[in-house]
Amino acid sequence: MIQSNRLSPEQFAENFSDIHPPFETSDAALVEANRCLFCYDAPCMKSCPTGIDVPKFIKQIATENIKGSAHTIFVSNIMGAGCSKVCPVEKLCEGACVYNFMEEAPIAIAKLQRYSTEKAMAANWQLFKRKESTGRKVAIVGAGPAGLSCAHVLAREGIDVTIFEKENKGGGLMTYGIAAYKVTPQFCEDEVNYILGIGGIEIKYNQELGKSISLTDLQKDFDAVYLGMGVGLARQLEIPGEELEGVEDAIKFIYNIRDKGFDKVAVGEKVAVIGMGMTAIDAATQAKRLGAKEVTMLYRRTQEEMPCTQHELDIAMLDGCEIVWLASPKEIKGKEGKVNELVCSIMQLGEPDASGRRSPVDTGETFSLNVDMVIKAAGQMPFENLVNEFNIQHSKGKININNSATNITGVFAGGDCVNGGKEVVDAVQAGKDGAKAILSYLSNNLTTKNNR
Amino acid sequence: MADISSNFLGIKSPNPFWLASAPPTDKKINVLRAFEAGWGGVVWKTLGSQVKNVSSRYSALNFGSKKMMGFNNIELISDRPLDLNLKEISECLKLFPDRAMIVSLMADNDRNSWHELIKKVEDTGAHGLELNFGCPHGMTERGMGAAVGQDPVIAKMVVEWVMEAAHIPVITKLTPNVHSPVPTGKACVEAGTNALSLINTIQSVTGINLDTLVPNPYVAGKSVFGGYCGPAVKPIALKMLTTIAQDPTTSKVPVSGIGGVSTWKDAVEFMLLGASNVQVCTAAMNHGFRIVEDMCEGLNNWMDDKGFKSLNDFIGKSVEKITHWEDLDINYHHIAKINQDKCIHCGLCYIACEDASHQSINLEYGKPYNNYTIKEAECVGCNLCQLVCPVNDCITMEEHRVAPEYLNWIDFQKKGLPLNDH
Repeated sequence: MIQSNRLSPEQFAENFSDIHPPFETSDAALVEANRCLFCYDAPCMKSCPTGIDVPKFIKQIATENIKGSAHTIFVSNIMGAGCSKVCPVEKLCEGACVYNFMEEAPIAIAKLQRYSTEKAMAANWQLFKRKESTGRKVAIVGAGPAGLSCAHVLAREGIDVTIFEKENKGGGLMTYGIAAYKVTPQFCEDEVNYILGIGGIEIKYNQELGKSISLTDLQKDFDAVYLGMGVGLARQLEIPGEELEGVEDAIKFIYNIRDKGFDKVAVGEKVAVIGMGMTAIDAATQAKRLGAKEVTMLYRRTQEEMPCTQHELDIAMLDGCEIVWLASPKEIKGKEGKVNELVCSIMQLGEPDASGRRSPVDTGETFSLNVDMVIKAAGQMPFENLVNEFNIQHSKGKININNSATNITGVFAGGDCVNGGKEVVDAVQAGKDGAKAILSYLSNNLTTKNNR
Repeated sequence: MADISSNFLGIKSPNPFWLASAPPTDKKINVLRAFEAGWGGVVWKTLGSQVKNVSSRYSALNFGSKKMMGFNNIELISDRPLDLNLKEISECLKLFPDRAMIVSLMADNDRNSWHELIKKVEDTGAHGLELNFGCPHGMTERGMGAAVGQDPVIAKMVVEWVMEAAHIPVITKLTPNVHSPVPTGKACVEAGTNALSLINTIQSVTGINLDTLVPNPYVAGKSVFGGYCGPAVKPIALKMLTTIAQDPTTSKVPVSGIGGVSTWKDAVEFMLLGASNVQVCTAAMNHGFRIVEDMCEGLNNWMDDKGFKSLNDFIGKSVEKITHWEDLDINYHHIAKINQDKCIHCGLCYIACEDASHQSINLEYGKPYNNYTIKEAECVGCNLCQLVCPVNDCITMEEHRVAPEYLNWIDFQKKGLPLNDH
């Protein structure tokens, strides 16, 4: 049976406590900082999508120049605080740390990054000075990582930025799409406010592109527009029974946990999660932590091809989630309109597909799971209809860009709405790239639109 | 099992590790604890004219996560009553008759003061005396300590006074706060000292509190120069020891080596450069007396591995290996080699060579890992890359002689051989 409030407040607090706790003391951070070899042309830095100068910021912790350390992080990644909590560092900076070659634990880069950025946020060190306003105006759609990152770079350069956000809080998927044991809603709000501290950025909430605002208006009122609205539509399974009560999108499920609180989100007794990406993991682990008795994750390929990292899979397994490889949902059956069974096809791996991964082929055999809830985390789809509406060139809904510029003059894009859904850190970099392209565009188009 | 027992001027101890004259040896309770822990001997903290110490007294130089790389003190000689010290010395001697008991002395600058002090100390049954000609702070202002050690004439005079009265072996402790310890060392040997010990501490300022702007250690808003010691001073101590071991006069007497000895390895190095035994202080102040256990075991195992049966088998063995620059073989050449299987691609060798040496390392870009190789024709064999490399034995220096025969700089010039052209 699907129900909310399965656990006590204490159990919720324990289950959703910070999975990557910070350094308890500054001495502990110093010991770790001093382990860093200060590599030249460092592999960690080259493995960071935003190119944070990792050896430098760690050295600055070691010399007790924490303000300098935070600046080094934020100058490359204004969401460096959030990224220190949500980045899959095991496949990025920490995965590249040269200590791995010595069979030694890599430097705890994320933890050190959290150390400096947390201090900066707590003390509200404003480490950037906005240039005098140029009077130029840029509209940004979406206050997620791409939009905020783009806005911050533009604001630094004296551009007046207005962000249009469809939710009532900023942060995008950082705020709404990530497991609560990685970042808390309060942290996300603090991070957005910290970024806005530079000035020159206004966020207008509850403004959805295509509904309350139109691209045409934005083009008319602003000197340039940046689209960073992400992706949002959960990929449907397109199997019978998808309409039954108890079938839910992972994104919606995670959103509710963030938005409503742990005791308000209903979860089944026996839950199936379809997919093996980061979102699937976040949904499965949180279903378990909300009190589901059994959680089974189903993936149509094998562990070799899974999109999540081993580290993430380990979290799910340690939480007691069952993993079934080579299983593809075929039909959801119900009773009185409610889910009570999931029928899956047993797959085998065939020839490599376009992604280079071996594609799953139906063996014709099936098995069934007794479940009362099915969470769909089979990927998200871009806003294809929306971009079509504005005649923006795209590939299956993913906006085509050339150096951040879309086919429409003065309209730029980046982040998940372009790449189809990657990490927060990728979106931050996209925002920086977009800002750079916009600044260049503005310097070549000197007529300012003042009729807002 | 090798024999690590030591005989210094007839003063026997079960091992060559003595605690130097310092706070750890200033009273019975510490000294008994040291002997229980296994120390071979102690040099009792300097006795002499009555003084009064201040608070605070110590400060340190940290390096990275390593605390107390260097250590500094502004403490003077013992400020306990002389009679109490003397009573405790004889009590310790009775309880541990197999350990060496040396007493450090610094009397006022007149013959009678020295004679009286020596008489009182000898009555305790102590095995030897160490003359403190090295303390660099507080006592120098009164014409004692380093003020004596810095002037060979005064040092000689004081040693002569001492030798008139002493019936037990006399060790003269030298100060490093001079351009060379040899002139004073020579004067003391000529005046009859039975042995030398070095180094005492080096005058220093360890650092400044960046909030208060007051240097360390802090005494009511002020500081003074302190005496520097600990691991950081070992290389200076080894150099000074070598000059004493190589001088024809000072090398005639045994030397007790002091200055940053923290491990059995350090001790072996001092002994290879001519010290008959070593004295330790900072390491014990940092970690307690228990460090002597590994010092004994490590020394023993190393001697067994090398086939040395007693300390005399290796004492002084490296002295002749330190030569004059003019005698070095210019035809010797070695070139760095990076073991690609061990390389972790940190790039530390590359940036050190590129920025600070001879641009002899090639960078082949990779994402995320660059590959680094040596440009053999450019490498001067300076060792910098090997020194900065975090992986043991990843960078080795391979011998590539310029020519087979020995050639020194003097002969090189005589032959008119070509100098570098770039």
